[in-house]
This record gives sequence, C-alpha cells and structure tokens, in this order.
Amino acid sequence: MILIRALIIFLSILLVWHLITVVTEAPPYILPNPKLVIKAFISNSDLLFFHGLITLTEILLGLTIGLVFGIISAIFLAYYQTARQWLMPILVVSQAIPVFALAPVLVLWLGYGMASKVAMATLIIYFPVTAAFFDGLRRTNIGFLDLALTMNASQWSILRHIRIPSAIPALASGFRVATAVAPIGAIVGEWVGSSEGLGYLMLHANGRMQIDVMFAALFTLSFIAIALYYAVDAFLTRAVSWSPETHFNIKKD
Amino acid sequence: MLNDQNFSVEIKIKEFSYNQEVLFKNFNFILKSGEWSCLLGGSGVGKTTLLRCFAGLQTGYGNIEVSCSDGGQLGTRISYMAQNDLLFPWLTALENITIGNKLRGQRIDEEKGLYYLNLVGLLKNKYDLPDKLSGGMRQRIALARTLMENRQIVLMDEPFSNLDTITKLKMQDLASELLKTSTVLIVTHDPMEAIRLGNRVYVLYERPCRLKQPIKIDKNKPRQITDTNLLELHAQLLNQLSFEQNNGLET
Repeated sequence: MILIRALIIFLSILLVWHLITVVTEAPPYILPNPKLVIKAFISNSDLLFFHGLITLTEILLGLTIGLVFGIISAIFLAYYQTARQWLMPILVVSQAIPVFALAPVLVLWLGYGMASKVAMATLIIYFPVTAAFFDGLRRTNIGFLDLALTMNASQWSILRHIRIPSAIPALASGFRVATAVAPIGAIVGEWVGSSEGLGYLMLHANGRMQIDVMFAALFTLSFIAIALYYAVDAFLTRAVSWSPETHFNIKKD
Repeated sequence: MLNDQNFSVEIKIKEFSYNQEVLFKNFNFILKSGEWSCLLGGSGVGKTTLLRCFAGLQTGYGNIEVSCSDGGQLGTRISYMAQNDLLFPWLTALENITIGNKLRGQRIDEEKGLYYLNLVGLLKNKYDLPDKLSGGMRQRIALARTLMENRQIVLMDEPFSNLDTITKLKMQDLASELLKTSTVLIVTHDPMEAIRLGNRVYVLYERPCRLKQPIKIDKNKPRQITDTNLLELHAQLLNQLSFEQNNGLET
C-alpha cells in the first residue's frame, strides 16, 4: 500500500515537472525535462552508484557514531548532576552554532576525505539523539523505581533493566529525526570540499552545465534518504512494539 | 532468607514533615507478625506516607526509625504492591514475575515464576505482554510477582482500587488465600475491603496523625460479604470515618 502511494506521488511530481518545462519553455540548463534526467540517470548509473555508495557510507557512519555518543552523553546527563551543569550549556551552544558554518573548519582539520563528512553528519544528529534519550531517561515511571528499590536493586541494574528500556521509545523518536537530517550533514560536507560523493558529483556536474546529471544525483540522494528513513522506521517500530505510541502509528497506517 | 520467622515490625516517627506541614509527631505503630493490618482515613491524611516509610521509600525531613522485633533488617523482608500494577510494558508476564531475580543479578528462576503464574491462573498468558491483558489479569500478575519475592512482609497501597467490584472481590479472595501467613499492611479507601481482609483495622485522623482504637476482627479471612456480622462492622467503621471527616470540616 505504502509503495503504491509512494509511486503515485513520485509519478505526479514527474508529471508536474514535465508540465512546467513544457509551459515555461525553460532551457535545459536551467530546468531539464524529466525525460532528459531519466536518460542521464541511466547513462550515468555506474557513476551515481559509486558516488551514492560513498554518501550512504558517510551517512551510516555518522548515524552510528552520533547514536553511540548521544546515548553515552544522555546517560551521563541523566545520572550526574555535574555533567548536567557542565555539559548542558555546551550542548545548547553546539546547537546554536549552525553546523554548516563549521563545515569549512572540519574540512580543514579532517581533510577532503570521508572523515570530515562523517563528522558533519555526527554533529548534526548528536543533539536530537541526546536530547530525546535524556528526556526519556528522566521520565521513568517513579513507581517502577520504587518497586525496584523494594526489590533491593542496585543503581546499575535499575539503569540497565528499567531506565534504559523505558527510554527506548524516546530514543527511537530521536533516532528517526536523526535519520531524516543526517544526509544534510554529509552533503554539506561534500559541498565544502571533497573528491567523491553525491554532493561532489552535483557541484562537478553543475560546473560543466550537466544539469541533467545534477538532477539525477539529487534524485539518487532523495532515494537514499527516503529508503534509509523507512528502513529505520520499520526497524524501530518493530523494536519498540510494546510502546503504546507504536500501536498508534501502526493503526494509523 | 529469614522469611519464616515470627517477628513484628515497629515504626517510630519522632517527627516527619512534608511541604512544611508536620504529618507525624511522636507516632508509633506496630505490624503484628502474621496479621493483616488495614489503614483507612481521609484523603491526604498520611496513609500512603506511612506505608512508604515502612517500605523505606519516603524521602523528606524527619526522624523515622523502623525496627524488627528480632533485630533483623527490614529492607530485605518487604515487598511492595502499588495501586498501579507497575508491570514493565516491554516484558512478558513471566519476565515481569521474575524481574526481582534480574534486578538483583540472580539466576532467573523460571520454574518458580511459572509456579506462581499458575497459582494466579495465568499460565497460558506467560508470553503475553501486559498491554494485552485486562486490569484484573495484570493485577494478578503483580500479585504473583509479589509472591515470587517471597518476603514475610507485604505492603499494599490500594492494590485493588482500580478494579471493578467483582474482580476486586476475587482478587481479595485470591490475595488473602495466597498471603495467608504473611504480615500485610494494606492502605485502602474501601471500608468493606478492610473489614473483609483485616485482622486489625486502623483509622488515621488529624494532623499530626493519630490512630483510632483499632477494630479487631478474629474470624478467618476473607470474610464473605453475606456475613451479617460484617455489615455491622462495616457500619461501625463508616461511622468512625465519617465522624472524623465531619470533624475535620468543622475545624
């Protein structure tokens, strides 16, 4: 069902796009006809696949590292007041500075390779993951904690068996948001300086007036982002199937 | 474990305040071994606070001393049942019952868990998540979890108040059957529950808290609701309760 809907949306976008090019008679170096783009897509499929794989790897690495750091930070924040007092302002400041403004610095420090893009993606998802998980950890049902205390549970086992599991739905929402924004980090990193990846391909094609290739790269990126989001969403829905919110989502679809 | 011994528990509160209000002052209370004590009183009088003091959960200003008559530590001899069943929604019925093992880092005794699950009649639901079960079933699992802990003293905070009347009566029967030899403290709003289950029924009143002369009931628990004697006691208790509430309103 969802596939049919996606297909219909995709086809309608193509149709509207086609109509715009016909009506406005825009030259192909401003807005190429979808037919041209599809042609470019097919003739450059090897290139797109190669660069797409690079960008996907950057996104996945960024997501993984951001998730790990986010989880660790959230636990520290939830458990140590000192950590809260010192880390919270840093976290907020790190969000106040636009990550894009950091991109040139990161490229300068980490080079033109993959590392600077992974760092960008990591930075961009770190905050939503940390904030959501921290919030979840703080909202543990007090009754659960009381019960655990009367069962003589240690702080460590309360964290492991009660607070973390009950914060997993919150972490899942944070991670969903992170999955949606992670590609932005990777692409911006590639724009600032790189020799590989879809962002690089777009700039490169733009410089040579190959606007059809640029659009083909854009579509490849959208496809990666959407596929990734739905894969993560499906996985998370399954993983936290006990949560009432999840049931709501399942019923809604 | 020390759970077969006969010992009573005494709580002495020199002074305890909550939100700058003195709730208890020079307050003494004894839980007699093997008896069910019921605690009633108007809302906000301090019933739950008292129960939480026994459970070691009450934080706040004050001087609270809880001691067992045999000198043992109370902390490892109590189990706690709340108004809410407090089942972990991500764990199956069986995993919920054995959660104490897990939290203490012990080996998970599934056999024992299944035994208690069977005792509350929910063996077939062992792999169900709490979400799938009715309120009554959930509270039965909470009861099985309490039994699994195998503690001599059971503290219950309005354990059946969320259930419909018939389920409630069934739960009372089941609990009093399964916790026959335990020392139990129940906080309740329901005079009939107190009369059915309690060996001693206490009414808390005034601020700082004071206790009425307890109503002692010697008959076997649970008492049947058709028992005329019960109705008399019920009336007596209601009288005590409403007298205090009326007094409270006038002052």
